[in-house]
This record gives sequence, C-alpha cells and structure tokens, in this order.
Amino acid sequence: MSKPKIAIFDFACCEGCQLQFVNLEEELLDLIGVADVVEWREAMSEKSEEYDIAIIEGSITRLEDEERLKLIRSRAKVLIALGACATIGGVNKLKNNFDDLDEVKKCVYGKDSKKPHLATQPTKAVDEVVDVDFYVHGCPIDRKEFTYIVRCLLLGKTPEIPDFPVCVECKAKGNPCLWQYGQVCLGPIIRAGCGARCPSNGFRCFGCRGYTSNPNVDAAKEVIDKFGLTVDHLKTKMVLFGSRQEPTIYG
Amino acid sequence: MAKTVNINVHHVTRVEGHGNIVVNATNGKIEKVQWQVPEAPRFFEAMVRGRSYEDIQTIVSRICGICSITHSLASTKAVENALGIQVSEQADKVRILMHYSEQLQSHILHVGYLVAPDLFGLPSVVPLVAKAPDAVMAVIRLHRLANEWSDLIAGRTTHPVTLKPGGLTKFPTEKELRELQQRLKNSVGDLKAVAAAVLSVAGNLPNFTRETEYVSLKQDNPPTYTFYHGDITSTDYDGAVSIHDWQSVANEYVSDQSTAKWTKWHRDSYTVGALARFNNNAPLLSPMAKDVARMFGLTQGCCNPFMNSVAQIVEAVHVVETSIEMIDELLTKGIKPESVKTSPRAGKASGCVEAPRGILFHQYEFDRKGNCVGADICIPTNQNHAAIQKDFEKFVPEILDEGEDAVRLKLEMLVRSYDPCISCSTHMLNVEFVR
Repeated sequence: MSKPKIAIFDFACCEGCQLQFVNLEEELLDLIGVADVVEWREAMSEKSEEYDIAIIEGSITRLEDEERLKLIRSRAKVLIALGACATIGGVNKLKNNFDDLDEVKKCVYGKDSKKPHLATQPTKAVDEVVDVDFYVHGCPIDRKEFTYIVRCLLLGKTPEIPDFPVCVECKAKGNPCLWQYGQVCLGPIIRAGCGARCPSNGFRCFGCRGYTSNPNVDAAKEVIDKFGLTVDHLKTKMVLFGSRQEPTIYG
Repeated sequence: MAKTVNINVHHVTRVEGHGNIVVNATNGKIEKVQWQVPEAPRFFEAMVRGRSYEDIQTIVSRICGICSITHSLASTKAVENALGIQVSEQADKVRILMHYSEQLQSHILHVGYLVAPDLFGLPSVVPLVAKAPDAVMAVIRLHRLANEWSDLIAGRTTHPVTLKPGGLTKFPTEKELRELQQRLKNSVGDLKAVAAAVLSVAGNLPNFTRETEYVSLKQDNPPTYTFYHGDITSTDYDGAVSIHDWQSVANEYVSDQSTAKWTKWHRDSYTVGALARFNNNAPLLSPMAKDVARMFGLTQGCCNPFMNSVAQIVEAVHVVETSIEMIDELLTKGIKPESVKTSPRAGKASGCVEAPRGILFHQYEFDRKGNCVGADICIPTNQNHAAIQKDFEKFVPEILDEGEDAVRLKLEMLVRSYDPCISCSTHMLNVEFVR
C-alpha cells in the first residue's frame, strides 16, 4: 500500500497547533516515515493538489476562505479539524458577540476600516462550512493526542476521545479544587483529554476543548451556588472560548 | 542586459502567517516591487473589550503560537502597570527565565528549520536530515530542551498557564531548577555545533546592506542585554524613550498593500529584532555569545538584514549562558511560596518586552471593575513591514540581472530573515475607545 498523502492548511489562527507538530521533534521524523506530507506552508516550500488527508488549522472568517476550504474538502478523503480555532471557533468567536462587525473593524483600524482588504464576517468553526471527520481539540492541541489520532487513522481504527469533564482527570491527579481558591474554573462542563493541564498548574480551566456533548449544567450550577456566585460569573469565563456555541448553560 | 521578470509569490512558505511578493520588470525597467500582507485579520483589540483584567493574558496569548509567552508577559506587565500591582523579585526573575526559554525555542526553530534549508540549497528541513544529520539532530535537541524548559516554568510549551497578574500560579522547585541548569550546561556543545554548521554555509547569505534605523529596548540599571525591562532606544537616537510613550516611536499607519499596520520613527522605516538588539546592546552580551558574534564577523552597526539569523544564534547562546547564572541566583536565595491577591481598579497603561522577532507593545485601559474598555497592540513584524518593502526596492535592482528564479529565492530569503510572524502582525492597531 502506498503511503497516505497528508496536506496541512492554515486559516485564521496563531499557528500554535502546527507548531506542536514541530514540537514532536524526533517523532515528527517517524510520522514523515509512514506518511507523505505533500503540503505544509509553514515548514516546506512544496505544494500539492493531491492528498488523502487534509488537516485544517484555524477559523473561517472571510468568504474567500470558505471557498478555499470547500475546495480542500472536495479533494480530501479525510478532513481533520486541528485545535480550538478549527473545532469550535476558539477566541476568534469573541468578535461574534458584537452586534455590529463594523464596530469591531473600527476598533482596530479606525477611519481606515472600510478599506476592502480589511473585510471580515462572523467567525465560523470548520464544521460550520464543511463536514469534518475527526476533531483534535485544545488550544493548543496536545501532541500526544494528535499522534494517537493519526496512529488510529493509519491503522483504520476510530480514535476514542473523552466525552467526560475535565474534573474527572483533575480529581484523578489529586489536585485541590480551584473553586476553593476563588477561581471560576470551567472543569465541570468542559471536555477532558488534556490531563487537566491548566488546573494542575494552578490555573482555572477556561474551556479550550469545548463543552462535553452533554454538559452537566446542574453540577455547574450547584458549584456556583455553593461558592455564592451567579451564572453571570460563569458566563464571563465561558465566553473566552465558548462564545455563541450550543449547547450552553444560557438556556 | 535587459531583463523581464514577473514574480508573484502567493503565500511565502516557511514563514509564520501569509505574505505575498510581487515583482514586475520589463526590459530591465522595474514597474512594481511589493511586499503584501493578506493575512485574515482577527481583531484582538476588539476581542478583549469587556473582558476582566484576569483574562486578558489568556486571550492575547493566542495572537501568536510562536511567541505566546512574550505576548503573555507584555500583556501581564501592562495589566499590572494599569492596576498598580507589584511583582516580587523572585517572580520577576522566574518570568525572565520563562521568557528566555521562548527566545531559545523561537531562534532555534527559525534558524534551524526555516532558514538553514535555504543556506544548504534545499526546500525544507526534511531533506536536510540526510545532508547534515548531526546539525539537524543538534537543532532538534536544542528545540526540545527549550520546549521542556517552557513546560517546566510556563506550565506548557505554547500558551503559558502559570502567569497571573501579580506573579505566577506555580514556581519550579529548587530540584527542578538544578536539573534545568545542568541540561543548559550540557547544551553548550549543541549550540556550538549549530553555530559551526551555519558558519560553514554563511557564504550563501546574500551580501546586501541598506542603512536604516534599528529600534529595541535598552536597560542601564543594571546594564543588561535586555529582553524584558528598560526603555526604548534606536541607532538614530542617543537617549531613551519610556515604554509608556511607545506610540510616539511607532507612529502607525494603514497601508493599502497590507492588513497589518506599518510604522516609522526617524526615517521612512525602522527595523526590530535580534539584529536591532545586537546593534544597540552588543557590548552587554555574555562572553560566549561575543565569541560566536566574532566567529561570524558580526559587529555593531551591521545593516545587512540577512545577518539577523546570525544575531539570533548569538542570542541563543546568550540566553543559555545568562540563564545558567540566573538559576544560581535563584537557588542562592531559595524559592519561597507566594500568595498574591489582586483587586480591580480603573487605569490605563502599557507593557513592553522584546519578542524573539523584535520589540512588542501592549496597552490596555480598564474601568473600575477591572473590565477592559480599550486596547492597543503593536507587534514587531508590523514594525518590520515597511523595512521589508524598502529592502525590496533597493535589493531588486541590484539582483535583477540574476534572473527570475534567483530574484524570487533571494526575496523569499529576505522575508524569512526578518523571522516574520504575520498572523501576529495583523492586529496592531489604534484602538479607538468606543464606549
């Protein structure tokens, strides 16, 4: 069997997720041994229109980018959304909270905001434009989870991605609960799989892996009641990575 | 010899973000030379509006995956300045150590993975593995060391999770610091190997100069080759400008060929980055870093933008050597637990640090509840866009006779030498504070 061809494409994002490929160090060389990377603008000069697997990093914020993404989808057998900007829109969706995008542009470009090359539209996650076959969650992605998913793909298996909350992994690590230290942590409703990286470093979960498919909203409300807080406190943190997403605690 | 050249490089490869190169010349007459930045803007100055001072770092870290620690530090310093929050000497030192891990990571990534293939005449680092296996393995080891160094102090490699206004959520233990120090000492051989490998092909760096202004931080008290504290200076200016007056240095304006803003100070363009820091502060480098600069013949006043990659190697050595000393200082005093409580108040202030690719400015304004009402961020790559354009205008006539392929390659190499971080640069802005 010939080696599968992989192409990597970036849209609006910080490119920190593809940086995690480089951060695989020697393992990246192993990956290159079992698959042909045919296009990866950040690291290679080569380009290609023939590939089996397309990896998409970043959010979609312009019509021209929607068209480019649709073309990529039509050429790829398998499409992977890489990182929070691609899987859920990430921080890029914060701008969708403004009723008027012209105001957003004015905020940044002032009187020049009407120039045509500064056009923008509401941020979309990749699956709001095309079908996505696999999701690699997180901001940035976890390198180990990425290689696990690629390994499954090459072996024809379906990767198992956790659909339970971060609290499960955090408790298993024996971390003290950050709510007791006055932090508004989103662990109860956010998808695990990160090994509770942030709370393990004393930093509240801010939700970069998105909500679990059935977030335990009652548990979250119980926690805020216990600490004398309101849904509004929770919302101010949920908005960072979870702007305008469903299901949410708003309902 | 009359030459006709039509170059249209859509999305230059091996750089962070999206940039285009356009050159048109007919019969030796140059009609158009342009550096374009079409990156999709993300509007960070708008994204932070309404968010708590505690969440600013989490958002703006995402401006850039490669220099996320730098953005986190600049924004945290700005928040602390705006809210009058003090930071202990211990936290200050550990933050600088965190910052150095990113300088090493970014410089090694740039020189080893992105620039070296050009010097060896290859399209990427992949075939370089076969051509210079020892040097590539040294690059990989150094890159991994830098990443594990970030993991230890910042909580992870990209987008730090230990920074908070007033200090850090977690300090490394003394044992961890001792182990890190030993690894840094052990890395000197790899640093020398990378320097030697680049030196062996340094003759392929184009010999091009354009006299210009170089802008960076400088720190007099104590005298330091600084990335983190100090004031703004330049090779055109003997004095120093407070970082709080950075808008009077950057003088940003919108260009039609770019979604990123451009800047100018004493001339029609200025340059930031490793070469700018070197040109302003070279006498303060560590001894081994000075040796490496000498090896390459790099001296203060160098105006060859291609030498920026060499200045990065010099700085990589400097941050390793300096960090070994800083860890000694931390261990002598011992790591003490800290518990910092902060409270909101109204205020407006700036924070400034050196990103690997040049000086970075953040400014925020908060209401009395500590919610952000405005932001202004000016990124190093934006400050280099005008310089890249001016370089193109001088460089293209000098090399036009070499033909289309050579011109294209050399212009791509020129862009890469600035180590641009284009996705960062499409958000420098004047934020009008709309209430």
